[in-house]
Amino acid sequence: MSTADFTSGRAPAAAETVWVEQVSLIDRIPRSVAMIGLFVAFVATWQMVTLLGLVSPILLPTPMETARDLVFVGTNLITGQYMLGALWITTKEVIYGFAIAIAIGFSLGVLVGETNFGERAVLPYLVAIDTMPKIAFAPLFVAWLGFDIASKVALAAFIATFPIVVGTAAGLHAADENARMLFRTMGATRLQTLIKMKLPTGLPHLFTGLKIGAVGVMAGAITGEFLGGGKGFGELIRVAASQLNTPRVFSLILYLSLLGLALFATVVWIQRRFVFWHKDRVLASDSD
Amino acid sequence: MVSGVAAALRGPAEAIRHPVYELRSVSKIFLRRDVHALDNIDLTLESGSFASVIGSSGCGKSTLLKIMAGLLPPTAGSVMLAGRPVTGPREDIGMMFQQATLFPWRTAIENVVLPIEIRDGKRAARAKHDQASQLLELVGLKGFEHVYPKELSGGMAQRTAICRMLITEPAVLLLDEPFSALDELTRDFMNMELQRICMGRNATSFLVTHSIPEAVILSDVVYVMTPRPGRIVEAVEVDLPRPRTLEMLTAPHFGALVDRIRSRLDKEAFI
Repeated sequence: MSTADFTSGRAPAAAETVWVEQVSLIDRIPRSVAMIGLFVAFVATWQMVTLLGLVSPILLPTPMETARDLVFVGTNLITGQYMLGALWITTKEVIYGFAIAIAIGFSLGVLVGETNFGERAVLPYLVAIDTMPKIAFAPLFVAWLGFDIASKVALAAFIATFPIVVGTAAGLHAADENARMLFRTMGATRLQTLIKMKLPTGLPHLFTGLKIGAVGVMAGAITGEFLGGGKGFGELIRVAASQLNTPRVFSLILYLSLLGLALFATVVWIQRRFVFWHKDRVLASDSD
Repeated sequence: MVSGVAAALRGPAEAIRHPVYELRSVSKIFLRRDVHALDNIDLTLESGSFASVIGSSGCGKSTLLKIMAGLLPPTAGSVMLAGRPVTGPREDIGMMFQQATLFPWRTAIENVVLPIEIRDGKRAARAKHDQASQLLELVGLKGFEHVYPKELSGGMAQRTAICRMLITEPAVLLLDEPFSALDELTRDFMNMELQRICMGRNATSFLVTHSIPEAVILSDVVYVMTPRPGRIVEAVEVDLPRPRTLEMLTAPHFGALVDRIRSRLDKEAFI
């Protein structure tokens, strides 16, 4: 009680000793203002560079030209003309490629993460293949599978598989000794341990692999189109670039990034639903 | 060489006590590391009794517990539980570890019924929800049934783990430093809770700990273990009346028992 008297005697000193946590000015800018401000600054710099003729207009179009082309490509997409068809082809490549990568990556990941055979015999080969520049396989896939979407799907899947294998295997190793012991004391079978404990525990790792894979699958599909022709969005970009139509290249890339963003967002959305219990379950941006 | 110690300790026999766990000259050698972890351990646990094993880190007490739980085979010797040899994890054994090890994607009650789900499937687990609620109420977690573990404090998580251990109604409870990760105030409180639960169910309990006061306040017998090789050098009978209270922690007799165990540990543990 003497302690209580002591503190209560001192505490009420209201306004005189207010101590406020210091937040630096730059961190106090609201997020929306910061993002729009950054965008405006970027476009303004861009405008300056083109206006002052620092870079040839063929290499770098003005923001205005690009905006005009964005509207043109957007109209083309919305009205369902040839660009929409091209985007649909690329979308299919990405979706098929991702699906195949998930199926193969997950299976291999379980093999590597769950069995000694996988870890000792399969993993070294996977690591060896993973260190190769996978894009270099593109001509092979074209030779094997032709100029149609199959070769692009293959390259996309090939690139995206490895992060998913690693994510799955790392996830299966994430369960701690106590959890394993607990499941043994409960008399759980290997399959039960896998499904009820190891896989859920490893989901955050698995989703990290999926997110890296989602980025890779886009790169794979577009690279495949660059190198193997076809009728996808990558081909449109290649043609526009060969015609030095830089505004078109820019706007095509921007619309393409929407596809990548949609894929990534889908993965994040699924993760949020299934890994609701994990603390850093989503991008850092929406936690605080 | 210490065989018979346990037999000599059949102690303040409350008539109907009979041996549940019987370990006969259990030894464990880890060949790969060339460690003689356990040497000729003889141990008898009476039904409804509370025994502790105490020793410094690395004296083999966790190995002993794992062998008793059927998680690790002994190199030599036999482990009998309720008349049957222990050759693997068994339903009639309940275990608790230093970490609560609750699964964060399951609510408290879903964590509690997990052993049932593993054993008998999801439907059986759901049928046990009423019983699980009662257990949670017993440990003072009424109203927390549908809360996820991240919202539980360390003590609450361990209480949930107690319920998970009890849901299968095991005949014996093996406790591996269950509260040593908790702060001391919570720990004292949890030890009293544990006593209440064990007495209420007449459970046979075996506690591994490195806290002498904890071992003394909870146990009928404290086995003192020394390392390299792991041996039971003394069985100290605790003749404090039940139920034990936290006030006993300061009683002279309690202090004498603690001193006796400490001197035994000092003599042997750090050679």
